[in-house]
Order: sequence, then structure tokens, then C-alpha cells
Amino acid sequence: MTVQELPGAGASHRSTPPAWRPRTDAAPLLPDAEPYRVLGTEAADRLDPALMRRCYAELVRGRRYNAQATALTKQGRLAVYPSTVGQEACEIAAALVLEEQDWLFPSYRDTLAAVARGLDPVQALTLLRGDWHTGYDPREHRIAPLSTPLATQLPHAVGLAHAARLRGDDVVALAMVGDGGTSEGDFHEALNFAAVWQAPVVFLVQNNGFAISVPLAKQSAAPTLAHKAVGYGMPGRLVDGNDIAAMHEVLAEAVRRARSGGGPTLIEAVTYRMEAHTNADDATRYRGDAEVEAWKAHDPVELLERELTARGILDEAGVQQARDDAEAMAAALREGMNADPVLNPMDLFENVYAEQTGVLREQAAMLRAELEAEDQE
Amino acid sequence: MAQALTRAMRDAMAEDPTVHVMGEDVGTLGGVFRITDGLAKEFGEDRCTDTPLAEAGILGAAVGMAMYGLRPVVEMQFDAFAYPAFEQLISHVAKMRNRTRGAMPLPITIRVPYGGGIGGVEHHCDSSEAYYVATPGLHVVTPATVEDAYGLLRASIASDDPVVFLEPKRLYWSKADWSPQAPAAVPGIGKALVRRAGTSATLITYGPSLPVCLEAAEAAREEGWDLEVVDLRSLVPFDEETVVESVRRTGRAVVVHEANGFGGPGAEIAARVTERCFHHLEAPVLRVTGFDIPYPPPMLEKHHLPGVDRILDTVARLQWEN
Ligand SMILES: Cc1ncc(C[n+]2csc(CCOP(=O)(O)OP(=O)(O)O)c2C)c(N)n1
Repeated sequence: MTVQELPGAGASHRSTPPAWRPRTDAAPLLPDAEPYRVLGTEAADRLDPALMRRCYAELVRGRRYNAQATALTKQGRLAVYPSTVGQEACEIAAALVLEEQDWLFPSYRDTLAAVARGLDPVQALTLLRGDWHTGYDPREHRIAPLSTPLATQLPHAVGLAHAARLRGDDVVALAMVGDGGTSEGDFHEALNFAAVWQAPVVFLVQNNGFAISVPLAKQSAAPTLAHKAVGYGMPGRLVDGNDIAAMHEVLAEAVRRARSGGGPTLIEAVTYRMEAHTNADDATRYRGDAEVEAWKAHDPVELLERELTARGILDEAGVQQARDDAEAMAAALREGMNADPVLNPMDLFENVYAEQTGVLREQAAMLRAELEAEDQE
Repeated sequence: MAQALTRAMRDAMAEDPTVHVMGEDVGTLGGVFRITDGLAKEFGEDRCTDTPLAEAGILGAAVGMAMYGLRPVVEMQFDAFAYPAFEQLISHVAKMRNRTRGAMPLPITIRVPYGGGIGGVEHHCDSSEAYYVATPGLHVVTPATVEDAYGLLRASIASDDPVVFLEPKRLYWSKADWSPQAPAAVPGIGKALVRRAGTSATLITYGPSLPVCLEAAEAAREEGWDLEVVDLRSLVPFDEETVVESVRRTGRAVVVHEANGFGGPGAEIAARVTERCFHHLEAPVLRVTGFDIPYPPPMLEKHHLPGVDRILDTVARLQWEN
């Protein structure tokens, strides 16, 4: 059969398709052209002093935490640390907008968000220290294990939020990912599922300029990463990631929306990774100092400090208090990390299955014999 | 070894304009292990390309490029980050020649740093070779020496079939006096090599475990055992002749690898050796492997990885007369 002989072929008429309407009006979903800002704008008149003082204290603590963790890598106490210096406002705001029953799904870089949510700093660092992959019970803290395979935790956040809603629970999941992670298939699948299910999820992309060495321009040709939301049918918000007041407001609004059944939101926080990818990376290979210097002038801690001081919300005593608290946290972290972890190699076999298999029992016996022989030497 | 790998890609790119390198951070940075260092500068970003961060996309795009006549060399950043690409690998890369009845072979080289011993955090140290070996349609090779790193990578890039090229991370920094052979001198893939001749038993191994086995063989002399060490170099195809010939001579065999034992490559090798050498064997073929657990955190990995002591303990079980 040729094409001409196919039924209906050749009948020269142009039919009018049935009326077509987009499922969703795209206009309200589109992000603003400029990142949303509060500090240094008129919107700052509405700041809640108590909340901002809390944000400030957490920011100072976060900065100190980053410095201490980086120092611990230099002392060999921490195998590796991906710093969030410059990104503290994103990390802190993400932790502060959640209620106790909500869930955080951090990526490998987001130790600080987990700590700001209340996780013990030493427990939060077991992954990066190398003594155990996850040093806490995710259910107890409602913090999923820090995810190293990029973007793979995002579908988990969607599933958890969906399950909570099916059960009638008031739970929101906030999932964090980097700009590079938005290229992964899991990111796109998670967004699509969340929108179709109207799951109570907030996706927070920290666009810190680089995925290791690869700049955003080689990662995505979209006008902004927030624009990606529109195609899935959810709103995309663009926000200044160094402005903690703006971050808090936008995240809180998205959490409210999710909680009230309004579905997911994608938030792109525009920020900058001030330090190298990790202590093992050499950032001079792919970027110059000028860019880093320019971002220094837009530091999240200074930005808030300036605003609050100018408005009389924060005084010298308040600043000092925050610094003292941060020092105490750092001292506790140092102390906790200086103790050598006591590890039992036999634990290797403990949690592979609920019930150990025969093969594992054999292998455990073999290791036990080896350890006993070592002890006798 | 790192430099030999770089040199292999460089030489292949210089000789053949269809060879393209791509992956995450392979351009300006030269890869997280610096294996592609300098290639973007020398050949331009179109020949050595920083891709978006998406392994399925990288390998899927490589399939299309190969369909159109290029020879993509793909870098997966770490063993555990290659998994998102498995759909492309298993459903398409491995099957294309077969699906198209030979019309469309895919000359893709997939470089994967693998294995432990570098103190890497979670998801940076998987011994993933069994997944690849279990997939018909893929070649799976792994160098253990600097010379082989060059030779095998050249041969892989030249191959008209897809090759999973497993790079033992902990051997990246190993050094040797060496100068690149002419491509004609490259042994090709599928040839095992006796690295140490011996008469008492054969250690069959590959990649990261080769230096451990050679060390064990030296230590075994004190016990009066003269161990032969066979380096497989290629898991698929498997050089059964070299292995069988060795085991028939020594009468005893131990397979050593880091990957989990149950369902690992050692199981297949032990079965084949038993089938072909049964009447020559003085003892069952034994295995020394990683435990059947998810890769442990760095502080415990020394207990997981096959070391010299565990190899010698196993050799001791080979039913010696005394
Ligand atoms: C699936 C996967 N591929 C590759 C990697 C290796 N890797 C770790 S971090 C990183 C860059 C991540 O960049 P981005 O998502 O922007 O987050 P950032 O590091 O900037 O916070 C890469 C490629 C990984 N962890 N997971």
C-alpha cells in the first residue's frame, strides 16, 4: 500500500481542529524578570524584627560552622567538606520555614540546613567524616539522608509529600538541589510528578554559579532555572539567595501554598559559591578572582547586618551575642570531632538486611576471626 | 597511570578526527581526576566537551553521535554516578548492533573510575564491574599497569563495539617508566597476561587487586608457595585459554577481586575454571572478594577490601599436603 492508497489520504481538505485551550494559564506561573529582593528596598519596612534577629543569629552561626568545618578538613578530622560560605541565607531560610512535622530533603552540600533544623552538628557530619554514611535517624529529625547522587532525592520528596497527603497529614517536603542537578532526569521527573499530583513540595534550587567547574551557561539555556517550572505547570520564583529576608518570605509563601493544597513551587535562589567545590577542588582552574570579589560585596551576613543595624533592630550587643553563640557552637563542634569515633567493624554486616543472610553470616564469621587474630598479635 | 590515559586519548584524537571526548567537568577542569587535562585546549571544546550534568543524557547523546559516525569517549565521573546512564547502556548501547542485525555498531568508550581504597565518601567507591559484565553486548576491560592503561584505552577507542573501560581509581597515581607503544603494538582487548610465573597455585585477578596479589605472591614465598598471578585485563571477552593453561599447570586457583563475591565476576570465573580444569585441580577454586555489603564508609573499608593477609589465608586453604 502506498501513501496515496492509505484510507483518507489525498482527500484534500483542511479540517478545523477542536477548540484548544492550554490546561493552565502560564502567565501567573512565570517568574519575575529580576530576583526578588527585600533588603535595601522598600519591602524592608515590613521586616519582622524578632524573626530577623533570629535569622541574623543563625546566619552568623552558619558562617562560623562553615569556617569550623573547613578547618576540620585541614586538620584531617573531616575527609571532605563542601562549603556553603556565601550560601548561608539559602540554607538557613530553608530550615527556618519548616514546621516540626515537615521534611527536609538535603543534597550533599546542605549539611548547614540540616544543622539549622536542629540536627547535632557532629551527627550531621558523619557522612563527610567517613565513619558512617548517615549518622542520624531521618524519621526522628525529618531530615532525609544527605544525598550525594545528584537530584535523586527529589522524587523521594515528592513521594513522601504525596503519601502524607494521602494519609491526611499536614506535612510539607522541602527539597534542595544545585543548579547542576537541574539537568538530571530525576529533577524533571520529580517536578512533573509533583505538579500532576499537586503534591505539597517546595523545590529549592541553589544556583551558586557552578557545578564543580561547569558554569550555568553550559548547564542550561533557559532564561532562568525558575522558568523550568512553567512547563510542568507550577509557579517558578526567582529570588536573591543572599537576601535572607527575601528567601524567607518566598520560601514561607511556597510552604503555605503547599500546605493549603495549592501544589508545588520551584524556587531558584541566585547565589554564589564563594569557596571551591570542596577542599579537594582547585577553583582557580575555572574562575577568576574578580567574580569572587564582586560577590563579596553582596555577602548575606553583611547584607542583613547592615539593614538591621540601620533600622535599629540590631545593636552592638546583639552582634556580639550572635558571635559568642557561634563561637560556643564551633567549640562544641571541634570537641565533638576531635574525639576519635569508636567503630566496630562487625557493624558492617548489621544493617544490610533486616535478617542476616547465610552468606553474610559466613563473611561476618570470617571477619571476626581476622579481628581476633589481629588482637592476639 | 593518569598521564598514560590522557596520552591515549590525546593520541587517538590526533590520529582520528571522529574521536570526541565528553562528560562532566572534562573541559576546563580536565576532569575531577584530571584525566582529560589539556584535551579541550588542544582540540577545542567541540572535541572535548563539558556536558550538562546528566549521565543518561551524556550516554544517550553519545549513542546518537556514534550512529552518525563519531567515536565518542564518555567519562562517567565516578562509579556510582554512572547508574543514571544504565537505561541507555543496557537498552541501547549494548544492544544496538544486535537490534540492527549488524548494521549499526556503536563504537563508544565509556570510561568509569571504579573501586575503593582512596577513602572516598559514600557513592564514590563502588566496585560496579559485575553489572557491566552481566550485560551482553558490552566489552569490559580494566588496566592494572601504566602501560596497559595506554594500550587498552587505545584499543578500546579503536574498537567498533562499545567498551566499558574501568579505571582503578587507586592506581591513578601509580608510576612506571614507560613510553607509549605504537598502536600496532597494542595487545588488543581480550588478552590476559601472566604477570608472575609460579608453580604452586594461580591467583586470577584484575585491576585494583593486581598489585595486592603480586604482593601476596611475594609474601607467600616465606610459606614455600610459588604463586602464579594472572592479570585478566579484560573481563569480557574473558581469556579462558590463558587462565585454564595456568591452572592446569599449577592445579590450584584463587580468584581475587574487590567486587562483592555473590554474583561477582569471580563466581563466573571459578565456574569456568572448574568446568575446564576439574581433573587437574587439587582443591576447589576459591575466591577472595569484597563482602556482600553496600560499600562501607572510608574508616571501615580496610576491613572490606581483599588484602594480602586474606589472600594468604585463602591460599592456605588450598589443601596443601603438609
Ligand atoms: C548523579 C551524579 N553525577 C555526578 C556527581 C558528581 N558531582 C558531585 S557534585 C557535582 C556538581 C554539583 O553541582 P550543583 O548541582 O550545581 O551543586 P553544587 O555543588 O553547586 O551545590 C558533581 C558533578 C554526583 N554527585 N551525582
